[in-house]
This record gives sequence, C-alpha cells and structure tokens, in this order.
Amino acid sequence: MNANLRRRYLRDWLMQGLVFLGTAVVLVPLLFILYYVLVQGIGALSPAFFTRPPAPPGEGGGGMLPAIVGSLVVDSLALVLAAVFGIAAGVLLAEYPDHPLNPLLRLVVDVMAGLPAILMGLVAFVVVVKPLGHFSGLSGAVALALLMIPIVTRATEGVLKLIPWELTEAGLALGLPRWRVILSLVLPAARGGILTGLMLALARGAGEAAPLLFTAFGNPYLTFNPLEPMDTLPLKLYVYAISPYEDWHRQAWGAALLLAAAIMAASFLARRTLRR
Amino acid sequence: MPEWIYRRLGDRLFATLVAVLGLGVVGAALLITVVLYQGSAEAFRTFGFFGFLTSSVWDAVRGVFGAWPPLLGTLITASLALLLAFFPALAAAIFVVEMAPRWLREPVAYLVDLLAALPSVVYGLWGIFVLVPLVRAHLELPLFTWAAARAPLLVPLLGPPTGIGLLSATLVLALMIVPYASSLARDALALVPQSQREAMFALGATRWEVVRRVVIPYARAGIFSGVVLALARALGETMAVTMLIGNAVNLPYTVFGPAATMASLIANEFTEADTDLHLSALVAVGFVLLLLSLLTNLAATWVLHRLSRKEVRR
Amino acid sequence: MGKRFFLLLGLALLGTAVARPVQLNGAGATFPYPLYAKYFSVYHRLTGVRVNYQSIGSGGGVRQLFAQTVHFGASDAPLSDAKVAEFQKKFGTDPVHIPTALGAVAVIYNLPGVKAPIRFSGKVLSGIFLGRIRTWNDPQIAKLNPDLKLPPLPITVVHRSDGSGTTYIFTEYLSKVSPAWKEKVGFGKSVAWPAGLGGKGNEGVAGLVRQTPGAVGYAELIYALQNKIPFGAVKNRAGRFVTPSLESVKAAAVLEAFPADTRVSLTDTPAPEGYPITSMTWILVYRDMKANRAVRNRAEAEALAKLLWWVVHDGQQYNEPLHYARLPGVAVQVTERNLRTLTYGGAPLLR
Repeated sequence: MNANLRRRYLRDWLMQGLVFLGTAVVLVPLLFILYYVLVQGIGALSPAFFTRPPAPPGEGGGGMLPAIVGSLVVDSLALVLAAVFGIAAGVLLAEYPDHPLNPLLRLVVDVMAGLPAILMGLVAFVVVVKPLGHFSGLSGAVALALLMIPIVTRATEGVLKLIPWELTEAGLALGLPRWRVILSLVLPAARGGILTGLMLALARGAGEAAPLLFTAFGNPYLTFNPLEPMDTLPLKLYVYAISPYEDWHRQAWGAALLLAAAIMAASFLARRTLRR
Repeated sequence: MPEWIYRRLGDRLFATLVAVLGLGVVGAALLITVVLYQGSAEAFRTFGFFGFLTSSVWDAVRGVFGAWPPLLGTLITASLALLLAFFPALAAAIFVVEMAPRWLREPVAYLVDLLAALPSVVYGLWGIFVLVPLVRAHLELPLFTWAAARAPLLVPLLGPPTGIGLLSATLVLALMIVPYASSLARDALALVPQSQREAMFALGATRWEVVRRVVIPYARAGIFSGVVLALARALGETMAVTMLIGNAVNLPYTVFGPAATMASLIANEFTEADTDLHLSALVAVGFVLLLLSLLTNLAATWVLHRLSRKEVRR
Repeated sequence: MGKRFFLLLGLALLGTAVARPVQLNGAGATFPYPLYAKYFSVYHRLTGVRVNYQSIGSGGGVRQLFAQTVHFGASDAPLSDAKVAEFQKKFGTDPVHIPTALGAVAVIYNLPGVKAPIRFSGKVLSGIFLGRIRTWNDPQIAKLNPDLKLPPLPITVVHRSDGSGTTYIFTEYLSKVSPAWKEKVGFGKSVAWPAGLGGKGNEGVAGLVRQTPGAVGYAELIYALQNKIPFGAVKNRAGRFVTPSLESVKAAAVLEAFPADTRVSLTDTPAPEGYPITSMTWILVYRDMKANRAVRNRAEAEALAKLLWWVVHDGQQYNEPLHYARLPGVAVQVTERNLRTLTYGGAPLLR
C-alpha cells in the first residue's frame, strides 16, 4: 500500500468518524430532552388527564379533554389548509418552472418562513376574528396554516425537483397527459419527502401557543365546533407552565409529553403506511 | 370529445388550479405585509423608517423606540446558530443516506426529524433547567476565569458568566434548526442516482471521496434550500430564545451576557403593550423582520442562481 | 310520519335554544388566572352559567374589551385617565373597574447561608435595581440588617422581561420612593432596565434567581410562597419592616379615602401594618352593557352582573386558599355601589 493510498484511507476513516460524531452531536441532546420530558410528564398521564375537563388549582382530578379535542380539530384544519395550498404551490414551483408567478411565489414563501408565529396570530386576528366578531378555532387554524405553508411548499418543491426528469418523460411517452403524470407518477414518487414536509409543518404548528392566544383563545368547556373558541394543548401547556401551582406544572409537562408523543406517533404511522 | 377533454382541458384545468392555489399563497403573504405595514405606520411616522432602524434606545416608559438592538441580536443569534447547526445537520444527513447500516437509517432519520416535533416551550424549559447550568459551569466559568487570568482584554467582551444570554440561546437555537437543514439535505442526498456513486466507486474512490466529490456537489441545491429554511426558522424562533437570552435591549452585547432578538422582543411586550405607539413599534419590529427575511432570501436566490450557473459551465 | 319528524326536530331545536346555557367570555391578566379558573368553575356548578376566561395578558384584555370581542376584560393595572377618556368618547359609557383580589410583589433572592429574611428599604431596592449597589455586603444593605452576616457576593439583578402587571407594580413602587428611579427609569409594564438579566414570566425570574447565587429579583407573592423561594421584608411608609403575607397585603388596602372608581394605587401605602408593594387586580366591564357588541342580550348582561356580585361576595372565600388576599370591607362596599350602576340599554341590571 503506498503512502498516498494510506493517506486517502486515513482521511476516509477520519471523515467518517466526523460524520458519526456530527450525528451524535445532534442525537445526544435530543435523547437528553426526550428523557427529561418523559420523566417530568409521565406522572401526569392518568385516565382523568384524557377524559376530564380542566380543574382549578388545588382540586386535582382535572384533565385536558377540551384541549386534546381542540388540538385535534385546529391542527387537522390547519394541516388540510397547509397541505392544499402548500403542495399546490410546491407543484407550481417545481413542475411549471416557467410560470410567471414563480419568482414572486418562491420569494414570498421563504419570507413567510422567517416570521415569528405571533405575527401570524396577529394576521389571523385581523382577517378572521375581527370580521366574525368573536374568537374561534378556525382563526387559530388559519394562523397555524400560515406558519405551515412555507414548510410544506419548500419540502414539496425540493423533492419534486429531485425526481429524475426521466420519470416525467417516460410518463409522457406512454401518452399520459401532463396532469396525470404529475398526479400519478411524480407526486407518488415524491410522497416520502412531501410527507416529511407535512410532518415537519405539523410539528411546527402543533407546538405553537403564541398565535393562538388571540385567535383560538381557549375554552375550558368541551366543544367540537371550530367556530367557537377552542382550547389547544400548547396553549394549556403555556398557561399552566407559567402558573405558580405544582399540580398545574405537572399537567403542563403531561401536555408536553402528550404533544411530543402524538407528533412522534403521527410521523411514525405516516412513514409506516408509506412503506407499504 | 373525451380524449380532448382528458388531455387539453385536463392539463389546462390542472395548471389553473395549481396556479390559483399558488396565487392564494402569494395573496396570504401580501395580506401579511399589508397588515404589518398598517400596524407599523404610526411608529414609522413618529421615528422615520431609518430613524427607527438605527436608534438603539427602546424605552416604553418614555415612548422612544429604536429597532437596532433587537435587529443586531437577531442577526447574531441566527447566523451563529446556522454556523453551528450546518455541519452536524449535514453529517446527520450523510450518515443516514451514505453510511448507516440499513436497519439504522430509518430510526436515525426519524429521530432527527423529531427535534422539530418538540414544542419550543419545551426547549426553553429544558434550556433553563439543564443546559444553562451546564453551560455556566463547564463553558462560561472556565473561559471567564482563564480570560481574567491570561487575557483581561477579553473580559468585557465575554460578559457575565451567568449561563443566561447569547451563548445559551444560540446553542439551543442551533439544535432547533438542525432538523430543517438536515431533512432537506437528506432528501437531496437520497435522490442522487446510484449510478453516480457506483461510477466513482468503480474508479477506486473511498466512501468519503464519493460523498465529497459526487454526492454533495450533486445535491448542492437541495442542501442549500435546507440551509435557507433553517435560517428562516432561526430568524423567527421565539419562545425558546425568549426564555434563554436574558432579554436586555441595551447595547453593547457580550458573548455570555443578555441580549434580545426581534422575535423575543415582540413576544415579551406584545400582550401587555398598552399605548398605541408601543404596539405599533412592536408590529414595526415585525415588519423589519419581514424585510430582513426578504433580504436574506433575495441573497439566497442569487447564490442559488450562481450555484446552478456554475453547474452549467462545468 | 314526515310531519311528526319535523315536529320533533322543531321541538329539539327549541329545546337546545332554550337550554343553551349562557356563555360569557373574558380575557386579560395572567396573574389572577388560577383564581378566576376557580371562581368560574364553582360558579358553573352553582348556576350553570359558563364563563370562559383566558389569560392573554392585561394589555391584550384591555384591547379585546375595546375591540368588543369579550364580555369583560381583566387587568392588573387600572385604565389610565387617557384610556378612560378614550373609552367614554368611543362607546358613550364608562368603563367600570371591579376589584377582585389583592396581590403583592415579593423581593426574592438567592443568598446561600442567610436564613432570616433580609430587610430592604425603597432606597436600597432602587439602588440595587439601578445597578448602583453591586455587592451584598454594601454598607447600605448592612445598615438595615445589623444582625445578618452578608457575604461579599456580587449582586445579580433579575427582572421580568415580558410586559407584566408585576413589573408595573414594582416599578411604580420604586418611582414613588426613589426620585432617582423615577427620573432615570420611571414605571410601566415594560421599562428600560438599566441593569440585570430578564427572565420570561414569574417562572423565568424564579428559575434564574434560584440558579444564580447572589441573585435578587421580584415575583408575585403567590409564586414565592408556592415555590418556597426566600423573600425579604420591606420598610413601609410608617417605618416598619413588613414581610408580605395575606394579612399585610390586605392591610395595605384599608384606606381612609377609598376612591369611588376603585382606581387606586396601593404601593407605598400609609397603612401602618401594610406591605408597601401591593396592588389590586380588576375586572373591567362597560357600565351600559348594550354598548358592548359582545353582550348579545339582556340575559347575558344580567348573568355578567350577577357573576360579578357573586365574585366580590361569596367568591372571596376562594381567595385565601390560593394565596390571593381578600378584598377589605371598604373595597367591597364601594364595589357594591358601582355594581348597582350597571345597566343594559339604560335599565339597571341589579336590584
């Protein structure tokens, strides 16, 4: 083995070590945080936590039922909105590269991604709450969707662009029209990346409390109607975490754990169904 | 004629639908701009646009507002966090796509994405109770005592080693933006055609050489998109930074000492601002953040443009 | 069959319309949120009236009251004269302040080895928060605490970074007792702090104070009590060193001349037993509720008036178990008078 080759192997070995180290640098704090959330939150998860409305401090036995239902409703609405607009915008950017709207679209999407969530709440307040005259789960969903759209669009565009052009050519050669090629060949081939984007977006939206303060507002009474004020988990987490009471703190950690676990489960299931 | 409907009309309808939805996104962005601009009009009228940008006094009691300190704080934290996050994020993507044994790929990718799934409040709480004491005891105090003994000139630059401040906030921010950079990089790497790698291996290249010479250059655009997304996230991240940065709107900032970002300032004062001018100044900070985001993205577009031009030339 | 179906449907709809419980929405201060959660939960059990109160911050609460998206707002600071005038001009009626509880701001610290409560005076507190008194063994602190052995530790000042009623009360107190503070910083929910670290929320401040030896900060008394954080005694106007407690806080509000609109500052109280950094927290409503678009009918207005009456009477028993001080009799009497002036379209709501 000559010196040059040995140097190359050494370098290969070293760089692989660095890659490994870099990965560890990312994963170790994550495990640290997950462990922390688990330890703090596990004690709060009781049947009452899932089935009861909240209770005042000192009474005990309260739960998160309205917040769990509210989160499900608000987040799914937001996800649907973000998916429809976000994926469509991504398709436009990647599959119709010459569309006159594109330079502007790409720019505004990236700019939107850099805005703090609380401003999206402000916009939803002006656009939805003010005209309706009252707070609603729907306005919260609009605020979250504004947060999520850039992530979905970016992910969709990124993945679609990386789908080999040969796939589209093959489809067109088979005599399929453009729209069928996109819907039946390109998007399915890209579904993994799009799904990652949707899950990232969901994770981002589902954990935000600030834009919900003056949109979804909160509600200690169970409701399924998105036109009424609705409770959500991050809002409850936030409000309980800043309270002075021990039993509310515990529930805040329970909410954090539930939130993280739900998003973990959602993205896990999504990946599983994809692989089938 | 059904064939005609299926083809021509179908194509046209689909393109229109996609364009209308895309237009909806543009419309939403314009709406945001208009709402923010209207909200900030009073502050800009009072202080002037450049006066507002360059003044470094933020005093709600006297009703004097300048955006320079939080603007600087955002620039520092976001760029440092990006610098810190880039290599680990890329490493995690390379590990998953190029090096990990098959059974380990999915779990590691999943775990990295999970970083994005944790609410930002949780990062903040974890930061206060776990990270800050660690940073103070094992990073700031040793550095500070070393500087005090050996390099007294550095002391005013370092600032008080309390654990709360720029450094801790930046560390947590870096961790939070890793999944955004990493997941797009991963997708980009995964879509590099296998034939490219095989050709390189056939030439006798080592694994690292394949990654360095073929895979990364091929996936460059995707990696860069991830970086832009991560930067955007870093600019706007609010809750965790607010809990860790110490929130001092006074210049000068120090490495360990407290600072403020635009997002943290808005989060701190938005719900309690009671004069119209104060509220308007906060919305104006949001508008400045929008402009900053716009500028960084224009710069990114330009870079991306150059990246792809180089590709053509080669 | 069809007829009967529609009849049943109609009855069912009518039933839901009649049985639909009154729901009142309120928004505002975070400080009384736990107490209001308790009040409204008990009140729901007693009367079936649903009250949805959300703590979006006092400033937010006032803004929502102006935007008429809520039945009532809640604030830790009374409306300023300018705001009251704006309200009257906009809506043709007054805002009514209904006090519900008293709170105090405790001076919390982390000083290892010091057991007895440290004594502070207004002058020393302002010196510390201005960044002029920098170590714990400073002669000015030592003079107030001759029995304590104070270490030569540097003082780390910790303050709230988010706009808050707590900051308002604390800085308003400092402005009253220290001309230097008034001139250099002034008071408000967010001020330009000359020194120190900013923590978000009570838990942020408490977390920083707990973790930093030599730290001093301020937090709601409830927070210090519930989380067992040491806090100091503060010299009041009568010259006594008073530790904050439910009694000393309530004592601060026993004033000879209690103003009719209850908009009164209790800091630096003249009451000899009173703790000097004390304040009330208020619920805000429209005097003529018809002027508020959120109040849809007389039934809602009546329900709100009855709720407020209950809060300042029977509701008060829930204050102390949660570490909020009760309203003294004089405040209740004034508030009763104010509640009787509430109207809907000119017709009084309470008899």
